[in-house]
Amino acid sequence: MSFSGWGLVYRSQWNREKTEGAFISIVDSQGNSRYETLNYLQMHYFLRQQLKTQPLAALGLCLIGTFLLAGAFAPWISPSNPSAIDLPHRLAAPSAMHWLGADELGRDIFSRLIYGARLSLTVAFSVVACSLVLGTTIGGIAGLYGGVLDMMLNVLVMNAFLSLPGILLAISFVAFLGPGLINLILALSIGGWVGYARLVRAQVLAVREREFVEAARALGASDLRIFFRHILPNIVQPLIVQSAIGMAGAVLAEATLSFLGLGVPPPTPSWGAMLNDARSHLFDAPHLVIFPALAVMFCVLAFNFIGDALRDYLDPRTRMSVGL
Amino acid sequence: MAALLEINRLTMRFSATEVVHDLSLAIEERTTLGLVGESGSGKSVTALAITRLLDHRAQMTGAIRYAGQDLLSLDSEAMRRLRGKEIAMVFQEPMTALNPVMPIGEQIAEAVRVHHPEQSRKAVRDAVIEAMHAVALPEPARRYNDYPHQFSGGQRQRILIAMAIVNRPRLLIADEPTTALDVTVQRQILELLADLKERFGLTMLFISHDLAVVSQVSDRVAVMRRGLLLEEASRAAIFRTPMHAYTRALLGAAPTMETPLDSPLATLDFRGDDARIPLREMADGHWARVAETV
Repeated sequence: MSFSGWGLVYRSQWNREKTEGAFISIVDSQGNSRYETLNYLQMHYFLRQQLKTQPLAALGLCLIGTFLLAGAFAPWISPSNPSAIDLPHRLAAPSAMHWLGADELGRDIFSRLIYGARLSLTVAFSVVACSLVLGTTIGGIAGLYGGVLDMMLNVLVMNAFLSLPGILLAISFVAFLGPGLINLILALSIGGWVGYARLVRAQVLAVREREFVEAARALGASDLRIFFRHILPNIVQPLIVQSAIGMAGAVLAEATLSFLGLGVPPPTPSWGAMLNDARSHLFDAPHLVIFPALAVMFCVLAFNFIGDALRDYLDPRTRMSVGL
Repeated sequence: MAALLEINRLTMRFSATEVVHDLSLAIEERTTLGLVGESGSGKSVTALAITRLLDHRAQMTGAIRYAGQDLLSLDSEAMRRLRGKEIAMVFQEPMTALNPVMPIGEQIAEAVRVHHPEQSRKAVRDAVIEAMHAVALPEPARRYNDYPHQFSGGQRQRILIAMAIVNRPRLLIADEPTTALDVTVQRQILELLADLKERFGLTMLFISHDLAVVSQVSDRVAVMRRGLLLEEASRAAIFRTPMHAYTRALLGAAPTMETPLDSPLATLDFRGDDARIPLREMADGHWARVAETV
């Protein structure tokens, strides 16, 4: 038997006085899983062990933490106003005054990156939240009720959305309704919810056959209650993983749309828009391209690292069965 | 005494397969009916039919009358309000019938909240702890927030029973509540059920494949096989004067003090086609599906 993964810690009810609390799932060599209770000290031990064996996850957490702090405290951190035009320093190379250089209007790139993080993360979290709500609702209905309703939702609606490339859907949506933060979030959610819906549907199909769901029904619980109180907590693990990876997709999609000029209109700084502005200066001022590109890359990587690590923590078997 | 539950000519089929054929049963208030049968005899689906948990999967004809109202023609919202409040169920597998990610106190509380959403947090908690007391779970207040995997099989079955009785139902359906437990724990659970029945005036439908278990809790016993009711009588009559050959075979399959030690254990080797034989009252309150000449 070996410890191979962290289990669900659904409520943080453990504390120093109480020895029983959080629990982990353990999978032995035969593939049987069971739960084991951990006390406070063991919890921290395992958390540290996991971070040691998963250095990429630790890196991802640090990066996202940095981006979050930068976004949240942008006005206090950024050395200058991201929109302040300083023509004498246009296309300036990195220096003490402009740490990462200045763009073609002399705006400070470092400040614009910090404000860009604010936009990227706002969009990423909002898109994932919207997609999650929409996907869980539709996937939950399809999985719980099955039958004709499932056919309609799964075969017709979900497959129709899946057959269209998400980014194309988003582009046409923004083209119709015009650019703006809300429209950007909606546009990306419209393509994003299907993945969650399929996941939720498949998970609900599996969980709803378990006996405790029948027991809840025998108690007189309504469908809504059964879904939210009994099924959802049992399928939350894959949803967390999918959400973390969905964040990476959303950051990338936001950059893409901004690059195409369909994001939040200027002067709001956005990594994608910065890349677009820098296109014509790729050779005479490469730092205009490199730094926003690095920001996008690190952000996407960080979310992917976290998503992968969460998958390992939450269900060690997934990787094996997928063959990774 | 009036029958609390009356099943009248119930026939159930899953697409082409008939699982229960023309079943009629009645349970009088405050008595226990033991329903015995092998796997596939239709005993569990009968239980699920009473609570209408099979709605979309099975076609049913006949009537199931509970306290005067026909459950089969009740709308699903009214049925939902009966479930867990008037008619409660105890499931077979204590390992799987509890939600692994919900503290057990919360799970018992679910039963209360579903039917009494107006009750305060404290009132619900008090009711739950009282139910945990009633099923003799040790230290209810301390273990309220523990998860199912922190309990033993017998304790989990007690939790399931607490979930069933917390609303003081009138009818308790126990579907093989002791099958997954070892014999010592089985005995404790049976004693608990008998005790609860006395205390709360429960009417009980007790389903089991084990005639010995049924004999410990039931006032009347019904024997089913392949969807057919073969014999129904008071407990004493079933054990003293079994009329149907299958019942006799069932009784004979259990070793007694007189069974010679070196003889092999009896197996049930019974083949019979009873569908054509009508159920008749052979003695006072003793119904059996046997040929005229007995």
